[in-house]
Amino acid sequence: MPKWFLPLAIVCGLMFAVAPILIANAPYESTMGLVQKIFYVHLPSALIFLLAAVVCGVASVRYLFGGNPRHDRIAWAAAELVVLFGIITLVTGPLWARKAWGVWWQWDVRLTASLMGWMVAVAYLLLRKYGGPGSDKLAAGLALFGMANVPFIYISVNYWRTIHPTTNVLPTLPVSMGFPVWFTFATFFLLFILLLRMRVRLEEQRAQLDALYLSVDA
Amino acid sequence: MTPRLGSGQVDFDHLTVDDVSRHFGRRRAVSRITFQASRGTVLGLLGPNGAGKSTLLAMLATLLRPSGGHIRYGAHDAAAHGAALRASIGVLGHDLFLYPELTAQENLEFFAALYGVADPRRAALEALREAGLSDRAGDTVSSFSRGMRQRVALERALIHRPRLLLLDEPFTGLDDASAAALAARLKALKKDGAMVVLATHDLDLAEGLFDRAVFLRDGRMLAAIHRPAALRSTYREVMTRDPGAGRPGEGFGARLDE
Amino acid sequence: MFARVVWLVLRKDLTVEVRSLEIAYTTLFFAVSCVLVFAFALVREGRAPEDGAAGILWISIAFAGTLALGRAFERERQSETLRALLLAPAARPAIYVGKLLGIVALLAACEIVLVPLVALLFQAPLLAQPLWLAIVLLAGTIGFAAVGTLFAAMLVRARTRDVLLPVLLYPITVPVIIAGVRATATLLQPELDMDSVRFWLALLGCFDVVFVTLALWTFEPLMTD
Repeated sequence: MPKWFLPLAIVCGLMFAVAPILIANAPYESTMGLVQKIFYVHLPSALIFLLAAVVCGVASVRYLFGGNPRHDRIAWAAAELVVLFGIITLVTGPLWARKAWGVWWQWDVRLTASLMGWMVAVAYLLLRKYGGPGSDKLAAGLALFGMANVPFIYISVNYWRTIHPTTNVLPTLPVSMGFPVWFTFATFFLLFILLLRMRVRLEEQRAQLDALYLSVDA
Repeated sequence: MTPRLGSGQVDFDHLTVDDVSRHFGRRRAVSRITFQASRGTVLGLLGPNGAGKSTLLAMLATLLRPSGGHIRYGAHDAAAHGAALRASIGVLGHDLFLYPELTAQENLEFFAALYGVADPRRAALEALREAGLSDRAGDTVSSFSRGMRQRVALERALIHRPRLLLLDEPFTGLDDASAAALAARLKALKKDGAMVVLATHDLDLAEGLFDRAVFLRDGRMLAAIHRPAALRSTYREVMTRDPGAGRPGEGFGARLDE
Repeated sequence: MFARVVWLVLRKDLTVEVRSLEIAYTTLFFAVSCVLVFAFALVREGRAPEDGAAGILWISIAFAGTLALGRAFERERQSETLRALLLAPAARPAIYVGKLLGIVALLAACEIVLVPLVALLFQAPLLAQPLWLAIVLLAGTIGFAAVGTLFAAMLVRARTRDVLLPVLLYPITVPVIIAGVRATATLLQPELDMDSVRFWLALLGCFDVVFVTLALWTFEPLMTD
């Protein structure tokens, strides 16, 4: 592990310890009360979910056309983090929505696109696990297609909703980006970097082990 | 910078396999194989099952890329010029590469057209005549016996007059007459100037066929022997050798006279 | 040369299929069974739910298409003929296009039977705008088959190819399903909203262009080892 890993891990741990205090002390939102606080977890994890998806897509394209195994490792680690942060987002979102606005789920653009993106990431992991030899390239192709798919999902769901308008109770953008939001975002971002590095390192070591096996009696 | 290969410029006079390895994950299929061959020779890849013969053939056909080392046709690296090289390579695989639902003639015409042969229909009919199957031209391949299918498959591999012919276990399931016919055909091709690489573990049928034989076991090369005689006993002797000790046998690196 | 290879592969696929008609019959029957299952599940008092006909039509096409894709490539796998195709000096994207057109032809044949059947069972005026419906179906089928052919070819060597194909294919083809169902449902309305249909068609067209291009671009790296 590189030198910066342990200090950053400690910092991240401290930030996680401090975060609940900040969240608890943040001003109450007028209509929703205590439930709104889940937003401080939901928004950062949604942003990291998006970031991880972009990292996975870009690394996949570079691997598919460049062949550098390091990009493949990054893509795989990022896909796992997409699933992880996606689960956090897709669970905290409905919990918040249910309490705040009375609905568990709405087929609006962002939710649908997020869900489909998450499904593609799960499909990516299933392909890597069960696809047999050569599944690294195939998964990279899937990630590329998943990335290309996002604008189409957006456009189609958007238009679908405009011609069948239902009351959209979910807020379009968070209103005030106070300090607690930035803090929790930084915390999650740090966690993302640490997890990514650790996972890539695991794959690197696996590759080194394979190379050792191969060189044993060449 | 090597110039782009146009069709007809490919040099199949010399094949160089240079320290080639291929692994799948942790499994080493082929490990540091080195040999050379020239046009007008028949080279045998001999070894037990799992020795890496099929993998090596796939690499020679440019279907697989080596994990290490290089395969060169003339001055051109196989990995860089795959598509251009494939036009001059014919492969008779273990699974015959024929569409069972199509007739013999349709199969041959399809592949002839795919390889850019000038008059696919005439080439197909000629090939059927060569194989002695002109009367069965209109029958679907699924109705053929193994030996007949093998003959059609061989014609399929040769229909575009390749300069390099790769055969993977071609004697499987053949009776003596068919095997002898195949051996005679290969000798004729050799005289024509083609390069033939043949993988087999059928030593009796391959007797007297090879100008050079490369012996493989567990992906490693045990020996490369020039004009091996008494294949069976040679094979037995070579297989007892230790792969780690010493260099491969005589004839290594020497070019054959044309 | 590219077009020639496409035509050769397409003609070969159609010849092989016409000889036995195995995939055609089984896919068609499967699609019909799908429609019937949906009929039993959803029809109440003799009427399907609103827009049900459109949804059922497209779902049946998607399921049947997945089956057909799997079977078509299984056939190539059995005699290792896909390998033989890759061994030829023919441009690999051309092989992809040839196979794609074969699948589209097969699915189009199924749709010709399915549309009247769905119209009949669900009393939906599917044949009110036959030309527009045909265009919508064609655009959607091309999009679905474009992604499906690539994925099915990719998975030929995987052991779990049968179950992985739908897992990979459905999330990516969601826009096709949305656009196809919405356009078809709009065509069923008594007051025709042509702007809406045109929008969905434009979306399908874009999807087709983008994903066929992507498939052509990635077919070679995905097929080489």
